[in-house]
Amino acid sequence: MTPRRRRLLWVLGIVAGVAIATGLALRAFQQNVMLYFDPSRVAAGEVKPGQRFRLGGLVEKGSVRRTAGSLAVSFVVTDLKHEVPVRFDSVLPDLFREGAGVVAHGRLDASGTFVADEVLAKHDEKYMPPEVARSLQQGASR
Amino acid sequence: MNRFLLPLAVFVLLLAVLLVGLRRAPDKSILPSPLIGKPAPQFTLPNLFDNTSPLQSDSLKGHWSLVNVWGTWCVECRAEHSVLLQIKQEARVPIIGIDWRDHDEDALSWLAQLGNPYQRVGTDHDGKVAIDWGVYGAPESFLIDPAGTVVYKHIGPLTMPVWQHEFLPRLSRPAGPGA
Amino acid sequence: MVVELGQFALILALMLAAAQAFFGLAGPALDRPRWLAAAPSAACGQFVFVALAVAVLVHAFVTDDFSVRYVAVNSNSALPLFYRVTALWGAHEGSMLLWILVLSVWTIAFVASARHLPAAFAARTLGILGVVSFCFLLFTLTTSNPFARLIPAAPDGNDLNPILQDPAFAVHPPILYMGYVGFSVSFALGCAAMIEGRRDQQWARWMRPWTVMAWAFLACGIALGSWWAYYELGWGGFWAWDPVENASFMPWLVGTALIHSLAVTEKRGLFKSWTLLLAVTAFSLSLVGTFLVRSGVLVSVHSFAADPSRGVFILALLAVMIGGALVLYAWRAPRMQSAVGFDLISRESFLLFNNILLVIAAAVVFGGTLAPLIADTLGLGALSVGPPYFNPSFLVPVLPMLALVAVGMHAHWRRGGLGDAGRPLLYALGVALLVGLGLTFGVFAHPLPLTPIGAVVGCWIILAALIDPIDRWRRHLPLPASVAGMSIGHIGLGVFVLGISFVQSNSIERDVALKPGQSVSVGAYQFRYDGGQSIDGPNYEGFRGQVSVTRNGSPVTVLHPEKRRYWVQGTVQTTAAIAPGVSRDLLAALGDDVGAGAWSLRLQYRPLIRLVWIGALIMALGGVTAVIGRRRRARAEERALAQHSALAPPDAAR
Repeated sequence: MTPRRRRLLWVLGIVAGVAIATGLALRAFQQNVMLYFDPSRVAAGEVKPGQRFRLGGLVEKGSVRRTAGSLAVSFVVTDLKHEVPVRFDSVLPDLFREGAGVVAHGRLDASGTFVADEVLAKHDEKYMPPEVARSLQQGASR
Repeated sequence: MNRFLLPLAVFVLLLAVLLVGLRRAPDKSILPSPLIGKPAPQFTLPNLFDNTSPLQSDSLKGHWSLVNVWGTWCVECRAEHSVLLQIKQEARVPIIGIDWRDHDEDALSWLAQLGNPYQRVGTDHDGKVAIDWGVYGAPESFLIDPAGTVVYKHIGPLTMPVWQHEFLPRLSRPAGPGA
Repeated sequence: MVVELGQFALILALMLAAAQAFFGLAGPALDRPRWLAAAPSAACGQFVFVALAVAVLVHAFVTDDFSVRYVAVNSNSALPLFYRVTALWGAHEGSMLLWILVLSVWTIAFVASARHLPAAFAARTLGILGVVSFCFLLFTLTTSNPFARLIPAAPDGNDLNPILQDPAFAVHPPILYMGYVGFSVSFALGCAAMIEGRRDQQWARWMRPWTVMAWAFLACGIALGSWWAYYELGWGGFWAWDPVENASFMPWLVGTALIHSLAVTEKRGLFKSWTLLLAVTAFSLSLVGTFLVRSGVLVSVHSFAADPSRGVFILALLAVMIGGALVLYAWRAPRMQSAVGFDLISRESFLLFNNILLVIAAAVVFGGTLAPLIADTLGLGALSVGPPYFNPSFLVPVLPMLALVAVGMHAHWRRGGLGDAGRPLLYALGVALLVGLGLTFGVFAHPLPLTPIGAVVGCWIILAALIDPIDRWRRHLPLPASVAGMSIGHIGLGVFVLGISFVQSNSIERDVALKPGQSVSVGAYQFRYDGGQSIDGPNYEGFRGQVSVTRNGSPVTVLHPEKRRYWVQGTVQTTAAIAPGVSRDLLAALGDDVGAGAWSLRLQYRPLIRLVWIGALIMALGGVTAVIGRRRRARAEERALAQHSALAPPDAAR
């Protein structure tokens, strides 16, 4: 095989490989990327039914309720304009507090309650994820 | 020659993206509080200087007040202390202190040593009042109007620029919901 | 008074860095031998003053000098002495100082061992390192001064963030930085080669040991960070594809490609411009990573407190350093091309393939890390990209690469083919199939589709890496350190792949609420909650629970998970209890008091998880073995050469 032909094969192989990798990566990306919504956008009905998404906001004061003796906990996420009730039945992160910022992953059920499968809190002194901060700022000026 | 310029081109593109990303990063010191535009939460706290007359939130009404949450354990509070003393000199607005999760003896000796900018100080030992006020960490300062409504909140040490650009202009605005 | 000395020392270091950069680059360019000789002296001076500055800051921490703002914010009189020292790198300012210290350590290491390099080349390398030092010193002094005073001084400090009060954390940043920053030497060597427009491949020989050492340190640093996150963050996760984790992983991936590419360039003079680009890219990724975690641009579990104004400064420095290097590349690389052929099944082919796949893998991680930022910039909404994207996408280039490691190791240079290694490789594959499939279906059940593939590939790599050493031993041939290093490195890779395969497919995690006396089963183990009691620590108070673990009725271990509240910062921290073992780890972590006398608990079973870190450490060991062996051999060669040509003049400056 001539060197030129070989190099052509190499180039073709690489291009094909990169194309396949990119295609697969994009596909995984689209299927697994999560969009972020705050309670106002949820209230406006922007979430598709059954869609798994990130819900962010502040944990409303006095809204955390536990069922004694069980993992089940419920609380309300607010962005100062609208609220979304949340249900969660696993261990909450240490930085989860009333009045602090929180982000949860999950889906809305038929009754409009957000059933979370993951609740996150950041290891930062100010306890406020940037997306939550931005949406709160935008909310205040709306 | 062209393909060797490619890495540089990619890098310049990356720089542009990162630069724009930086501009859009939210500035965390101006987070809105759930309380802005709402009446300041009620409280009754022991008075640091006089344990016979507790500090009541009602006393905030009838005049503008600056409520400052601080503690002797808080490093940044040291940094803003001189600014608070300057604001006291201006004598435009009384400063009410909430001594958060602190020891009274420490607070008294701190104020004796560094000067006392506060008209009155309430001691919030268990932190319940701070939670009501939505305090994330010390120091935080709140501007309260004569009707007792929270007009503005600043997180972090108070500086003269912040006092002059954020607090003073709001003092001259008529009191009303939101600001 | 002493504290200002530290700041002054940094200013002197800044000036010496400028001198180092100037003399190192202008000396050879203007053919001034005296300037050339000044560069190493400037570098040594810089090290002395940087070390002095660090000593001053350490002294301030140890003596509880709370008039220094950085000490007041990150330490406390109740903090144990050990952590008062390690708090040095607990936040942004101090970690920048650490970065600079590590850079000067690498610099003087280079000065010490550069005697056998042509003087001009070594000077240019020092010059580039001086530019990097200068940029970081300037940044630190102007925006992140660790010596800023707090007047009046605080009576006591804010305390170190509790999750950072841990022995593994103490060692993790310095080792990580040794890796990250170590790529600066390869970067500088590459730039020097490009400045000189060298057509030969000597520089590859010089670059290789530095690259391998940095790569080994980085592997250790990443492994340590992963292990720390595993037991410190309380939830048993060891890799979350977090931007900060990715920021250290990407340079490592490119570094791996660079090591392999250097092998080809050194041996056969091929891939010269590609290797140079990799050398620039590896360090550039370190720099970009440094930027990403400090500028607030990305959301991350453990990023430093964000400050966008600093971010712009870092971006400017990045533009100078990386942009400069890439301009050099665009200008010089065309001169440094090679045109030598190789066969399809040759070592060159495999290494080229390996490189391409590693770079694609790094690009996949890079894309996923920056995607939220890009989407935000383009106004496409607030995206979040997590493990569901990274795990499958990363495997796409990496799995084919891993499958070919065993064969690639034995392919012959140039003419190709496997020669004598063909038959042993096939046997090795057979054994790997037996062991791998046996583990998958016999020992651990319920595999995922990729588990048997991972298990077989992992075993095959380990066995293939043993073929050469065993062959040499049987033929009574010596085992050079470079060959041993390569074997050990690949064995480490195989061990890692084995561990990951089973951790991913057979881990079990259960969140439960238990009253004292209640138990629950996790796989083949029974976890029983026995209640607990309140505890008091040096700077915290908390609750300590007890969990007894049994298997088929016989006791296995007793775990004591804790929940702590640190007084000063008021933060809550979960300390997971882990029962380690080579074949499996068992974890218990406390959640919350859920009322009615019950606590919520997270219980986990993690098979073969230790192999993940052991594998990484073995890889690093392989790298170190290869470098040390080379140095011994190089010194022996030098001695032989010196004896041989005692009258010949030393290598003259160019």
